[in-house]
Amino acid sequence: MTTGRIHSLETFGTVDGPGIRFVLFLQGCALQCRYCHNPDSWDPHAGSTRTVDNILAEIEPYAEYYLSSGGGITVTGGEPTLQAPFVAELFRRCKERWGLHTALDSSGFCDSSHVEELLAVTDLVLLDLKFMDREGHMALTGQPNDRILAFARHLSQRGKKMWIRRVLVPGLTDEKEELLALGRFMQELDGVDKIEVLPYHRMGVYKWRQLGIPYTLEDIADPDPVDIQRAYRLIGEGRIISNAVH
Amino acid sequence: MAITEEYGIEPAPAPLDEWRGFRQGRWQQQIDVNDFIGLNLTPYEGDEKFLAEPTDATKRMWAMVLELMKQERENGGVLDVDTNTVSTITSHKPGYIDRNLERIVGLQTDAPLRRSVQPLGGIRMVIDACEAYGYKLPDEIVRLFTDIRKTHNQGVFDVYTDEMKLARKAGIITGLPDAYGRGRIIGDYRRVALYGVNRLIQAKKADLALATDVMSEEVIRQREELAEQIRSLGDLKQMAGSYGYDISVPAKNAEEAVQWLYFAYLAAIKEQNGAAMSLGRVSSFLDIYIERDIREGKLTEAQAQELIDQFVMKLRLVKFLRTPDYNELFSGDPTWVTESIGGMANDGKTRVSRNSFRFLHTLYNLGPAPEPNLTVLWSKRLPQGFKDYCAKVSVDTSSIQYENDDLMRPFYGDDYGIACCVSAMRIGKQMQFFGARANLAKALLYAINGGIDEKLGIQAGPTLAPLTGEILEYDEVMQRYDDMLEWLAKLYMNTLNVIHYMHDKYCYERIEMALHDTEIVRTMACGIAGLSVVADSLSAIKYAKVRPIRNEKGLAVDFDIEGEYPQYGNNDSRVDDIAVQLTETFMKKLRKHRTYRDAMATMSVLTITSNVVYGKKTGSTPDGRKAGEPFAPGANPMHGRDRKGALASLNSVAKLPYDSCLDGISNTFSIIPKALGRDADTRIRSLVSLLDGYASKGGHHLNINVFNREQLLDAMEHPEEYPQLTIRVSGYAVNFIKLTKEQQLDVISRTFHGHV
Repeated sequence: MTTGRIHSLETFGTVDGPGIRFVLFLQGCALQCRYCHNPDSWDPHAGSTRTVDNILAEIEPYAEYYLSSGGGITVTGGEPTLQAPFVAELFRRCKERWGLHTALDSSGFCDSSHVEELLAVTDLVLLDLKFMDREGHMALTGQPNDRILAFARHLSQRGKKMWIRRVLVPGLTDEKEELLALGRFMQELDGVDKIEVLPYHRMGVYKWRQLGIPYTLEDIADPDPVDIQRAYRLIGEGRIISNAVH
Repeated sequence: MAITEEYGIEPAPAPLDEWRGFRQGRWQQQIDVNDFIGLNLTPYEGDEKFLAEPTDATKRMWAMVLELMKQERENGGVLDVDTNTVSTITSHKPGYIDRNLERIVGLQTDAPLRRSVQPLGGIRMVIDACEAYGYKLPDEIVRLFTDIRKTHNQGVFDVYTDEMKLARKAGIITGLPDAYGRGRIIGDYRRVALYGVNRLIQAKKADLALATDVMSEEVIRQREELAEQIRSLGDLKQMAGSYGYDISVPAKNAEEAVQWLYFAYLAAIKEQNGAAMSLGRVSSFLDIYIERDIREGKLTEAQAQELIDQFVMKLRLVKFLRTPDYNELFSGDPTWVTESIGGMANDGKTRVSRNSFRFLHTLYNLGPAPEPNLTVLWSKRLPQGFKDYCAKVSVDTSSIQYENDDLMRPFYGDDYGIACCVSAMRIGKQMQFFGARANLAKALLYAINGGIDEKLGIQAGPTLAPLTGEILEYDEVMQRYDDMLEWLAKLYMNTLNVIHYMHDKYCYERIEMALHDTEIVRTMACGIAGLSVVADSLSAIKYAKVRPIRNEKGLAVDFDIEGEYPQYGNNDSRVDDIAVQLTETFMKKLRKHRTYRDAMATMSVLTITSNVVYGKKTGSTPDGRKAGEPFAPGANPMHGRDRKGALASLNSVAKLPYDSCLDGISNTFSIIPKALGRDADTRIRSLVSLLDGYASKGGHHLNINVFNREQLLDAMEHPEEYPQLTIRVSGYAVNFIKLTKEQQLDVISRTFHGHV
């Protein structure tokens, strides 16, 4: 029986994909983003082990909410692709049983060949493009972004629907050239239905303290709505410029 | 004042000009407001775009009211007290805010926020309240209501047994209306607008003429009550007359309809300082008059909104003189001017009208406020435009509550209203005897400790052998608990019988009852507190190992829990079933006992905000809650124990059977704005889906709060910046800055749904 390592679950998710969604948080992540709001989901050995049947039973009472609101299930983390066989099985069963819409919320830090089976049963990928510049990505997350960008191109070739997301951290991920570059990259991709600029927030900072990990963004404030609008504009400009060049 | 006219049934009056343009029906031959509404209401299926901004007069008036409220806060919570006049319908001269600007007139006394003295419920409460706010009640009034005229409070304490007094002191039965007005009776104030007072007097006289056969105690009481009702209707006319209005005849336009209706409500609050003085279901009734005026070209939308804004402003000014203790129990200064909005009719049409929107719109035109307690009767079949608008108002103001019309309509028909928080009753046809609540968590400790109160250390319950094992055994605890609940149900019902006998005798609600049919249904509205504490405690005993820690007297004063146990609020049937069974068991036990006036026993799962006070009076419980810590409010899961998100939490509560809790099941829900969606449209859609889902699962009531914890923390720091910050608590709303610090912290510690 396929089992997964679970961090937690949320029966009423409204921000990770369309409609009302069952959101499953998996345990374990290879990145260590400085702004992460779930650092307690990094450790791949923590959390609890659950079977697919067990998760389906958790979804069952609310399936009608998800179906009637145009929602579905989103698996996030942690990094869900680290447990690709489990997620693939879960998505397949959700589709068989309820015809539920499936979304994978991923950093894209994975090897495309390892997630083929999973992608076959995934309707939407919420893909975090945290930073376009390779060095900058290293500094922000501890890892380079080559695999992530390759994964994005792979999704594009496969014709997967994507929502690209960017966490906007003032002074860190909101530089003009960086946002233009994101726009240019998105223009290369097919299947991008939406771009979401997510304002950085500090609601997970207490978890860093609880885990005793130093938090390096202490002095950064949440972006205001004007910053968010600016980011959308710059990303949009990047796409147009890139369009003109091609 | 004697009733001198001949009693007799007069022929039905000829069609009146006041009723021009209305569809004719049974309502013209007999008092039947619902028939009138059914025939004449224009259901509204559209959205909120037609709504109007406040007029200049409204804005100026509201600025004056806000200033008065500020002065009241700065003055320690009470602006002024008229200590010299015992309040009756006709006791005070007319009062105004600004005569030139007011379209709807009438105040409880001769000045806004000047509180009156209402001693019939109990003189002690009035003396204490006066003293607490720096006033002194004149000796002659104290003497009058101590030595000469008996009060409800004195009547009750003349009859209370020692056991009742002890149960009250220990707090196993609490919040009893034995020292103040019981409230929770809704007069059908619409009758005054539709029929005029003379017609109502005529109908009551006809009833009085019928009750003449055998002079049994019941008939004598009914004749006396009818005589009082008729007299109060006369007083109502006189009070309106002092403001220059003749309300003996029906209202002839919308402005008069609002004014007539408000006079009737005003008469009720001038005479009764009831715990909850609810308004009923007036908005769509009034819409019929507004629609007619608009059709006749006599009223614009802006003027219609002005009428409603100004009416609501009056309702926000309703104040009673109560002690700080009482306000501490109920958080601030609540009056429960509950107005029920929306719902569906039995014929499948909606009862939503444009005026349903106008009432909600006051939360923008005048800003958010706890009163009137706006209650949306939610049905899956409500028009989409109205559902969306309600959700928008909730997201923006956190000032409305929802109750499941699809669940209640089969029990109460399509013209019921909510009294107080969650108590449904047919308007003008049903009343309740408000019974506060029994503390089931404390009863569990009594079961463990052999009836000895864990706080007082004395025998308060029946003397049963205490449980002495090292570990609590589920079956043994359940057996003992069942015995304890049996005792409690009987004592509780007997106590309520005493209270309501005396209230009818010494503090009868004559004007409210004059606006009821003479033959009515009465319910004995019992209640329970501590449901989630008990469910979790029993679950812990069943699924984990619970070791009592006993003091030197052998009393279990704390509990050590080994292992995990399923907790209520996660849609886990292992524990949710325990909660369901508990409500069914206690309701069955209540039904066994004889009730005053053959009232039908009902039960609520509602704590108001007294969950904090009950918690203080209750020792540590086997679920791990420490002595003194608050209970969860109403039927809510315990703070922070519902860990699977909003839907799981709501599902657990929705399982509680309404059949066993016909007086309502209160659930208070807090969610951070972000967790409803990233943009305004998504938030509205999510909330509507959530409400539809909760209703279809059979959930009864839901308070919706949409805000961040940080916002509340900031309001604690800087109350002056949040004069109108309103939050929903248990079945009603409060002004956050008027809560005690303890209550504020309790609200902040509650589960806020939203995974980050």
